This record gives sequence, C-alpha cells and structure tokens, in this order.
Amino acid sequence: MSITAEIVFLVPELALLILACLILVCDAFSTDPGKLLTYRLAQFSLVAVLLLVVYLYPDDAVSVFHQHFISDPLSAVLKVTICAVSIIVFSYSYDYFEERDTLQGEYFVLGLFAVLGMLIMASAYSMLTVYLGLELMSLSLYAMVAMHKGSGTASEAAIKYFVLGALASGILLYGISILYGASGTLVLPELAAHVSARTETDVLLVFGLVFVVVGIAFKLGAVPFHMWIPDVYEGSPTAVTLFLATAPKVAAFAMAVRLLVDGMEPLHIDWQGMLIILSVLSMAAGNIIAISQTNIKRMLAYSTIAHAGFLILGILPGMRLDVGYGYAGALFYVIVYAIMSLGAFGVVILLGRKDHESDRLEDFKGLAERSPWFAFIMLLLMFSLAGVPPFAGFWAKWFVIKEVVAIGHIWLAASAVIFSVIGAYYYLRIVKLMYFDQPEHMTEIKASRQMRMALSLNGLALLILGFIPGKLMDICTSVLGF
Amino acid sequence: MVALYQVMAIYHFGRRGVCLYGGGYVEQERKTKNWKLKMLEQVVFYIFGAVLVTSAGMVVTVRNPVHAALFLVLAFFCSAAIWLLLQAEFLAIVLVLVYVGAVMVLFLFVVMMLNINLAPLREGFAGFLPVGLFVAALMLTAMGLIVSSDHVLPGLPPAAAQPPIDAANTELLGKTLFTEYLYPFEIAGAILLVAIIAAISLTMRKPAAQRTPKPEKQVVVKRDTRVRLVNMESASPPEKGDSGGLSQRSQGGKQGDNSD
Repeated sequence: MSITAEIVFLVPELALLILACLILVCDAFSTDPGKLLTYRLAQFSLVAVLLLVVYLYPDDAVSVFHQHFISDPLSAVLKVTICAVSIIVFSYSYDYFEERDTLQGEYFVLGLFAVLGMLIMASAYSMLTVYLGLELMSLSLYAMVAMHKGSGTASEAAIKYFVLGALASGILLYGISILYGASGTLVLPELAAHVSARTETDVLLVFGLVFVVVGIAFKLGAVPFHMWIPDVYEGSPTAVTLFLATAPKVAAFAMAVRLLVDGMEPLHIDWQGMLIILSVLSMAAGNIIAISQTNIKRMLAYSTIAHAGFLILGILPGMRLDVGYGYAGALFYVIVYAIMSLGAFGVVILLGRKDHESDRLEDFKGLAERSPWFAFIMLLLMFSLAGVPPFAGFWAKWFVIKEVVAIGHIWLAASAVIFSVIGAYYYLRIVKLMYFDQPEHMTEIKASRQMRMALSLNGLALLILGFIPGKLMDICTSVLGF
Repeated sequence: MVALYQVMAIYHFGRRGVCLYGGGYVEQERKTKNWKLKMLEQVVFYIFGAVLVTSAGMVVTVRNPVHAALFLVLAFFCSAAIWLLLQAEFLAIVLVLVYVGAVMVLFLFVVMMLNINLAPLREGFAGFLPVGLFVAALMLTAMGLIVSSDHVLPGLPPAAAQPPIDAANTELLGKTLFTEYLYPFEIAGAILLVAIIAAISLTMRKPAAQRTPKPEKQVVVKRDTRVRLVNMESASPPEKGDSGGLSQRSQGGKQGDNSD
C-alpha cells in the first residue's frame, strides 16, 4: 500500500493533532478570560473526530505503517467511546472551572493531546506504539493534575502521580525491551507468532511478560499497584479527577487487550494466573477499604480499584471463543464503567461551589430535599455502580461473570459476587444519606443548563442501557468477530 | 542493581555476539582469527563493566548529591563505551551528547541551586533496610536464575541480515527511522510538543495574587503617567479656564504600574 492510501486510516488522529495545534495558537492569542472560544473549538474538534471515526468504521482489520497501526472494529468502538466520554468530561469541567475562575486554555489543549494518546493506544499494533501512546496520554495528564498551582494537595497529587507513573512506564518499557530481545520483533502479531512457534517454555518471554503485566496493572490501578489512585483522585481538582477516572480507563483496557490478547495469546496460561491474583486482590482491597472512607472522591477512587479488578476478570477469557464471547464482557464493562464514573464525579462537580468543594460524604445528606431530581440521578448512578438490577452496571457484572464461568473458574466468579455484595454497602450508604438524613443546609444548587442536561442524560443512559443491554452487547461481540 | 543486570545481560548476549541494546539484534559472526584481539575486547568490556557497576553503586551510596550526579555521568560514559564495543556507535554518541552533555548538566544545576537538607530524608532509612534488603535479595536471585538459565539461550531469535561492512550505523538508523518507524517517530514528536506545552503552562502563568514586574508595561511608560506638573500660583488663584491649558494633569497620577 502506498503511503497516501495508508494515511487514510490515520485521518482521525491526524485531524485531532492538527486541530489541537490550531487551538493552542488560538488560545494563545485570545484575550477572553472565560476561554469560551477555546472550549467551543475543543468540543468541535472532538465531535469532528468522533464523526470521522464513525464514518471510517472499518469492516475488517487492516494494519498499516509497517504494522504499527491497526484499523479494526475494536479500535473504532474504543475510539468512539473515548471521544464521547471526553466530550462530556469537557462540558462538566468547563462548568467547574468557570465557577472557580481558574480556567486555563491549556486544560483543553492538553486534554485533546491526552485523547490523541488514547486514540493511538486504541489502534496500536506494536509494542512501541502502545508505549508511545501511553506516554503521550500520561504526560498530558500529569500536567493537567499539576495545573492548579495554588493548591498544595494538587501539587502533591501531581508529584505522586508523576513519580509512580514514570516508574510504571519504566517497568513496562523494561518488559517490552526483554520481549523484543527474546523475539526480535516489536510488532504484536509477529510476537504472537514467535511465541506460538516455540516448542519449549521460554523463561525469558515469561520474565518479560511479568513486567508488562505489572505495567498494565499500574495503569489500570489494580492492587498491589494501586497506591497512587486514592491520593491522586482526592488531590486533583474534581474536573481533572473526572477526566482521569473515565477515558484513560478505556485506553488502559485497550492497552491490556492489545498487549496480552493480540501480542501474547499463546502465553495465555501464564498471564491468566497473574491476572487472577490481581483481580481478586483488587476487588477485595477496593471494596473493603472504600467502606471506611469519608471523602467521596477517595471512596470513588477505591471503587475504581474494585472495578479495575472486575475489568481484569473480564480480560481473563482472552480469545477463548470456543466457550463464550472472550473478552467482549470486559469491553461492555469498560464502556458502562466510563459512563457510571462520569456521572458520579459529575454529581460531585454539580454540588461543589467556589468556596466549598462538597467532596465529603456529609455533603450528600438530605440531597433529596435540596434537589429531588439530582438525588434521583445519583441514586441511579449508585445503584448502577453497586450492580443492582436492572441498571447497566448489573449487566456489566453479569456478562463478565458469565464469561468467567464459561472458562471454568467457578470459585473466581463466586468471590467476585461476594465482593460485589460487600461493595454494595458503601454505594447504598450514599443513597441512605441522600434520602433518609436531614440536610445540613439548604444551599441552592447552581449549575448551567448544559450541565444539568448532560448530567440528566448521563444518569438516564444507565437506566436505558439497563433495559436494553443487548444492543451494546451485540456491538461488543461483533467486534470480536461474531 | 539495574546497571549490574544490564552488564550481566549485555555480557551474556554479547558473548554470543548478539547485541540486545544496539539497533536490534545484529548477530555478528565474529570471525576473529586473532584470539588476542578477542581477548583484548573482553578485557576492555570487563574494565568498563566494572567501572559502570561501581559508579552506579556510588550514585546511590554517596552522601553528596553533586558527587552522586557526577558518578551518574561516569556510569553513562561507561555504558556508552560498552555500546561502542557492540558497534552501536550512534547510540553511544547520543548517550554522551544528550545525557552527559545536556541532561546531567541540568541535573547538576538543579542540585546546586536547590539547597536540599538531606538529614530528614535519611531518618527512616534503617527502618526500611531489612525490607529493602529482602526484596533486593529476592530480585537478585530471581533475575540471576533467569539470566543464567539454559532456557534463555535457545530462545534467541534468528540472525538478521548482516549489514554490509562499510555501512554507517547512523545512516542505516536514519533510513529505518523515516521508513519503518515513521508512525512511532511522529508520535514521539507529539510527545515533545506536549512536554513543551506542559512546561510552559506550569511555569509561565503566575497566580493573580503574585506581584511581579511587568516589563511590557514598564517600557511603554510615558513621562505623563509618572510626573504630574502642577501649576502653582503663589499669590492669587488663577483665572478660570486658564489652568487646564498650562498644567498637564494626568488623572490619578499612577505610580504603581509595575505592581498590579
């Protein structure tokens, strides 16, 4: 294929890169302190990229640029999710920064570059591209966390995130270098071919695999590599936490699937064992420690860790398509989780005011009296996160557990259910605080019409998805070739 | 310890003429009939390897941060020499130019400029020592077992095409970079752009409360904004309408232009 024919597949990424650079220039020359133009342009470019991805939806997998880039249905679905989630993140965060007068145009520019990194990860087909996409995303996120310079906690969070993130990247890169040394190739399908051509067990490959799995676990936030999550989530401005907790999780899922399933499927038995340990520990630690939290951002951070455990559980089946739908359950899970997390942090932003962050659990007391509608939305979100039927979160857990049972890990499925029940306690406690406690104050909730609309749709989406989960699941399974 | 393992790994693969860290796995059929040359190569390798491991150890053990940074320079220099031994001359030169020349000098500047009191940092050191030693010993044995195991060697990939003997490493690297690795190379460019944006946005914008001189306002200052000429009459008040023409009254008499 000639380079011009190849570049067509790259159009969404190229468009985003060019638009981000243009916005950077526009922002530098704009004198508007409200940064409305920057915000609108950023939203426009995300919508444009989303439409481009949908327009270029590939029917089958094509790898271009010497197999560094792949265009397949999985990447398209992930890219659509990432763009859609980022659009909502930007609209919530604009509200957040506008109220506090701390808006910097670079927030949107760096956000767009982070989205570019995620898109690159979604369609990465070589270990080098995975790593570079990850770095592009992480570097932008470190800067976004650190941007609120007046706050000591934000600086602390940024340093912790940066140091631990750099360590994780280093570990991942070390693993990649060993795999490269052992197989002589960076391209994932060639690596898989090399591994499956092997007759005897190769210690060096497994040695590299361990480091790669550790790197993935760091980025997903699985126990015992979760230490950064609570501090970073609590310390960052809520708008940045919202971004951290949603789209990068989808990208981390893409990274895990590309590296483990596309690149090392023949080593399935080796990484399966590691993932089982990670997922059980994450579900246990996340759900149990979350109970003792008094800060909602910290509680949601531990809830993220527990959900990362579930997500890893969903990746376990890999491409075992003979018995079930492989990792389609995990794909469903990560999409639904992104929507739930978006809504939960959205409500925290909604309640926050300029002088008061509203991130303690007490701030939710009597929300039903202050604002019945948003208490209802939060109720939907909490039920969905806890996995109560018929909300989307229930189906996400259901599909994952179904696949795990299909590959014969009954006890693993049972422990997942038990930890979910433990986790239900702290989600339902929020519902109890909202509906059965007296409010401490009756301050009116102020938010723009756009924010109210987006948040309402966000909550209702989970209800609708809960009633018709089949549609989304059909997409997820068709991505794997059903 | 990482340096130690790098040396072990390079030695291990290098002994069989496989370069792990150079431009891929360039298997070199070293048909050196001259065993003296081969031995000389080994001696050079061991000298640089030993210096590398020692200086890497010193980086973490010396008390003075400036000395630590200088030992790191030495460690980089020795790794560059080992790379040169593996015929990866471009990487060797880049390591010296970029890391020793630029990054470490910056490091030294930062270390010298920040007056860090290291005493409080060392306080809990002894408490963590047993755990650290345990983990280090665990890693050491695990990695040692793998590097020395027999399973490692049959797994080495087949030899790549032998580059022509007069091929320049740099030229070949450049060609590969702009053909096969074009896509990753461009992403790396985007990463550098993000680094620039992040650095500028984190350092340029000052909080509104901070009082700093604004040179762009200082240079456009005119005499009128600083000096107010007042027409004073000593005896009788001036006639109406006369004062406006003579005195140059700039309103407010701004003094603090550089402190807003």
